[in-house]
Amino acid sequence: MSRRIRVLVAKPGLDGHDRGARVIARALRDAGMEVVYTGLHQTPEQVVEAAIQEDVDVVGLSILSGAHMTLFPRIKQLLAENGADDIMVMGGGTIPEEDVKELKEGGWTEEIFTPGTTIEDIVAWINSNVKVD
Amino acid sequence: MIEYVDRLLQGDRRSAAKIITLIENDGADKPEVMRRIYPNTGKAYVLGITGSPGAGKSSLVDEITKQIRAENFKVGIIAVDPTSPFSGGALLGDRIRMQEHALDRGVFIRSMGTRGSLGGLASATKDVVKVLDAYGCDIVIIETVGVGQSELDIMHYADTTLVVLTPGAGDHIQTIKAGIMEIADIFVINKADLGGTEKMITDIEGMLDLSPLLKGWRPPVMATSTLDGKNISNLWETIKKHRRHMIDTGTYREAAEKRLRLEVTEIIQRKLMEIIEKDLLSNGKMSSLTEKLVNREIDPYAAAGDLLKKFLP
Amino acid sequence: MCDKLPEIQQDRDKWQEKRSKLKDRDFKFETVSSMPVNDLYTPLDIPDFDHARDLGMPGSYPYTRGVQPNMYRGRFWTMRQFAGFATARESNERYKYLLSKGQTGLSVAFDMPTIMGYDSDHPRALGEVGRVGVAIDSLQDMETLFDGIPLDKVSTSMTTNAPASILWCMYIATGEKQGVPSEKLTGTIQNDILKEYIAQKSWIYPPEPSMRLITNIFEYACKHVPKWNTVSISGYHIREAGSTAVQELAFTLADGFAYVEAGMAAGLNVDDFAPRLSFFFNAHIDFFEEIAKYRAARRIWARRMKEKYGAKDPKSWLLRFHTQTAGCSLTAQQPENNIVRTAYEAMGAVLGGTQSLHTNSMDEVLALPTEKAVQIALRTQQIIAYETGVPNVIDPLAGSYYVEALTNKMEEEAEKYFAEIERRGGVLASIDQNFFQQEIADAAYHFQRAVDKKQRIVVGVNEFVNENESVDIDILKIDPQIELDQVARVQKLRQERDNNRVNGALEALRNAAQGTDNMIPFILDSVRAYATQGEIVQVLREVFGEYKEKPIF
Repeated sequence: MSRRIRVLVAKPGLDGHDRGARVIARALRDAGMEVVYTGLHQTPEQVVEAAIQEDVDVVGLSILSGAHMTLFPRIKQLLAENGADDIMVMGGGTIPEEDVKELKEGGWTEEIFTPGTTIEDIVAWINSNVKVD
Repeated sequence: MIEYVDRLLQGDRRSAAKIITLIENDGADKPEVMRRIYPNTGKAYVLGITGSPGAGKSSLVDEITKQIRAENFKVGIIAVDPTSPFSGGALLGDRIRMQEHALDRGVFIRSMGTRGSLGGLASATKDVVKVLDAYGCDIVIIETVGVGQSELDIMHYADTTLVVLTPGAGDHIQTIKAGIMEIADIFVINKADLGGTEKMITDIEGMLDLSPLLKGWRPPVMATSTLDGKNISNLWETIKKHRRHMIDTGTYREAAEKRLRLEVTEIIQRKLMEIIEKDLLSNGKMSSLTEKLVNREIDPYAAAGDLLKKFLP
Repeated sequence: MCDKLPEIQQDRDKWQEKRSKLKDRDFKFETVSSMPVNDLYTPLDIPDFDHARDLGMPGSYPYTRGVQPNMYRGRFWTMRQFAGFATARESNERYKYLLSKGQTGLSVAFDMPTIMGYDSDHPRALGEVGRVGVAIDSLQDMETLFDGIPLDKVSTSMTTNAPASILWCMYIATGEKQGVPSEKLTGTIQNDILKEYIAQKSWIYPPEPSMRLITNIFEYACKHVPKWNTVSISGYHIREAGSTAVQELAFTLADGFAYVEAGMAAGLNVDDFAPRLSFFFNAHIDFFEEIAKYRAARRIWARRMKEKYGAKDPKSWLLRFHTQTAGCSLTAQQPENNIVRTAYEAMGAVLGGTQSLHTNSMDEVLALPTEKAVQIALRTQQIIAYETGVPNVIDPLAGSYYVEALTNKMEEEAEKYFAEIERRGGVLASIDQNFFQQEIADAAYHFQRAVDKKQRIVVGVNEFVNENESVDIDILKIDPQIELDQVARVQKLRQERDNNRVNGALEALRNAAQGTDNMIPFILDSVRAYATQGEIVQVLREVFGEYKEKPIF
C-alpha cells in the first residue's frame, strides 16, 4: 500500500446543485485520489468533523447558494479550532471575482476554481499542493 | 507519529484519524505504533455488515448506530468501498447515509478504499479496528460490499457478522456469491417493504435446514426496513443475543484466539512474500530463467528450486 | 412523397459519392447531447411520414405543431422573468418594475431556506436568507410580496416544490386578504417533487408522503382553485444537472405519467386534474435538437394520455409548457456572450411552441442578475416577438426532413427509456435504484470531459479565450443586513400572533397528516393563523420523516 491523496468533496449550504461536486468527485477518483463525498446540505460543523475523521488532505467546497462569504471563513475557523489547519480548503461555484480575492486574501481558502476551470487544472493544483511524504 | 498514540489513548479523534492514515499507507512507523496501541485493545465488540450493493447497508449501519447510541456506547464505523482498479482512486460515499451521527462525538466514521492489494485490506482493517478500540469505541462496525474475496475476508475479524440481502433487486439465494452465506451469524432482509420478502426468508431457512449448526447457533433471518425503522431494535437485541451466546459457549474466546494466531501467521506470510518479491523475483534471475522456460530448457519446478536455493539449500 | 423515394435514393447515392471525396473538419458531428447527426436529411429519413398521424393541425391531436390553433397569431407566449431576492419588500418593488416594463406574468424565486422549508432564523439558514430569491417565512411576508398587485389581475408562477402546498396556501390566503376568491387565482406552482429526487435535490420528506401532498393539491385545486396549474413537471433541472435532451424529455414525461397514475390511484378522474398539469423545459443551445424535443414531447404526451390513460377531454392531452433558457450553457468568461446564447435558445423555444418563456440574464452565472441584465433578457424576447417575424407562422420548421427525423428519433429514444423505467418497476422504484441519477451523472461527466479535452468547444472558455480577462460587469450585492432584518421580522411575528390559534391549527394538521384526510385545508388554516413555513414543515417532518440521498457519482 502507498500514500493516496484524500479529498473531501462537500456541498455546504441548502442548494442542491451537486452537478459540479459530483463531476469533480468522479474526476478526482479517476486521477487516483480517494474522494470522500458527504452529500448535500452540510453545515460547516459537519464538513469539518468529516474532514478530521477522514483525515483528508484537502476539503473541496462547492457553493452555488451565494453563502460563500459566510461558509468559507466558518469552515476555516472550525478547522483551526480543531487543530486541523493543515487541511487545505479549495472551492468552486458561483463566486464573483472580488469575493474570490477577498476570501483568498483573508486566508479563508487556498484556492477557488471558477466556472470554466478544467478538471486537469484542479488535479494539477492538488498534486502540486499536497505534500506527499 | 508516535506522539499521536498518547493522544489517541486520551480519546483525541484527530490522532485516531492520523494513525488510521498511517495504517492505510503502510507507513514506516506502523509496527511501532501498533505495538504501543496493542495493550490497549481487546475491548471493542466488532460487528461486521456485508451484503450486495444497494442492499441498504449504510442505512442499516445508521439505524443500528442509533440503537447503540441510545445505550450510550461509543461507536466506530469503518465503511469500505471499492478502489477503482484503473486509477487506484476511490469514491467513498457511505457517510451520506450516516449524517445524523456526523456531529455526535460518540461516533467516529472512517471511509476506506479497498486499495487493491490482496490480503492488505483485511490486514489494514483489523489494525484500524484496533485503533478505534484503543480510541475508546465500545463497538466497531465494519461495513463492506460483499463482492470480492478480500471484502469477505474482513468479516473473519467480526465477532458478529450480518449478511444483508434485499428482495427484488436480483438477490436470489442461488446466485449470491459463494462464501457470503456461510459467514452470516444473522441474516437481514432489508427493504422488506419491497415485497418478495417471504420467499427470500423461506429460501434461506431452507438452506439453513441443511447446514450444520455452529455451537448451537442457528442464524436468525430477520426482516427490516430502514424506511420505517421496523424491527431495527429487534435486530440490535438479536446482535446482543449472539454476543451472549458466543461468550456463554466459549466461542468468543476461541474465535479471538484463532484470529490472533491467524494474524501472526498472516504477518509472517506477508513478510515472506515481501522477501520473495524483493530478493527472488526481481533480481534479474527471473528474467534470465524466463527465456529458458519459454524454450523448454528448464521446467517450472526446477526453476523454482533454483531460485529457492538461497533459502532452502 | 413516398413514390419518389427510389429516385431520391439514386440522387443521394450520387451526391454521396461526390461528397465522400471531400475532407470534413476534424470534429465529431453530434448534438450537444452526443446524439450523432447525419450531414444531410432527405425524404429518405422520414419514409413513412404522415402529416395527419405524425403532426396533425395546430391545436389538434397529436398536437405536434402546437397546442393552440392560431398559436402566436392569437397572442405571444407569456414573457415571464423569474425574479425574487432579498426580502418581500424588495421583491415587491422589482415585480412592480417588471410589470411596468411590459412583463405579463410574475415568477417568484424563493431563497434556499424557503425552498427547503426552514424559517429565516433556523441555524441552517445562516448566510442564505434572501440570497438566491426572496425569503418567505409566513403569510405576513406573502402579503408584503404582493402588496399593491391585485391577484386577480396577474398570473403568478412560484418555484417551490417540497413545501409547495404551504406557499400555495399562503398565496390563497393573500388573495383572501385582498378580497380575491381562490376560484379567480391563476398561476402555477412547480410542485414537482419527483425531479427533486432525480436532479434538483431540494427534497424534504420521502417520496410516498410527498406524492400524497401532491395528490391532495390536485384534489383541492379541482374544487377550489380551478384555474391553477397544480404542477409544473420540470425537465429544466434534470437538464441543468447534466442530462441529455432525450433524458430530459423521457424523465420529465415519465414523471408526468407518474403524477397521472398517482392522481388516478387517489381516486380522481383523470380529466378532472390532467388539464391542470403543465410542463417546464430547458432551452439548451443545440437549436434543432431542442425544437425536436418540444415537438416530440407534445406528441408523446397526447398519445399516452389518450391511449394509455383513457383521457377523454382534449385538454388532458395538451402538453403546455414553460421554457427557460439553459443556465448551464452560460459562461462566466466573457459574460456578454451569454446574451447571444440566450437569444438563440429563446428562438428555439419559440420555434418549439412554448407557452411562456424566461430568458436568463447574462450575469446569472456570476450572481443574481442586475436590473440592466434583466432588461436585456426581456428585450431579447421582445425582439423575437416583434422584430424577427418568427411568430407569424405556426410551427414553421414542420416538414423539414431534419426536424421531422429528429422529432421521430427523440420519441423513439424516449420510448426506450419508458420501457426501461417500467421494467424497473416505475418512477419511484427507479429513483430508489438510482437509475435516473446515475444516467444523468454519467452524461454530465461525459460532457465535462469532452469540454476539458476540447472535443467540444465552448467559446470564451476553452477556445477564443481573452487572456487576462477581467469581468467588469456590475454584480448585484445582497446586503447582509437583510438577513438580520428578516430574522428579526419572523421572531417578532412569533411573539405577536395568537399562539394558541397557531398551536391548535398545527395539531389539527398533525392529526390530518397521521390519517388519510386531505391536508390542504389544515395547512391553509395554519397559514391563516400565521404559523411559519418552518413550523408547518416541522410538523410534517415529524410525521413523515426525512428523505436521505444516495451516493451516486
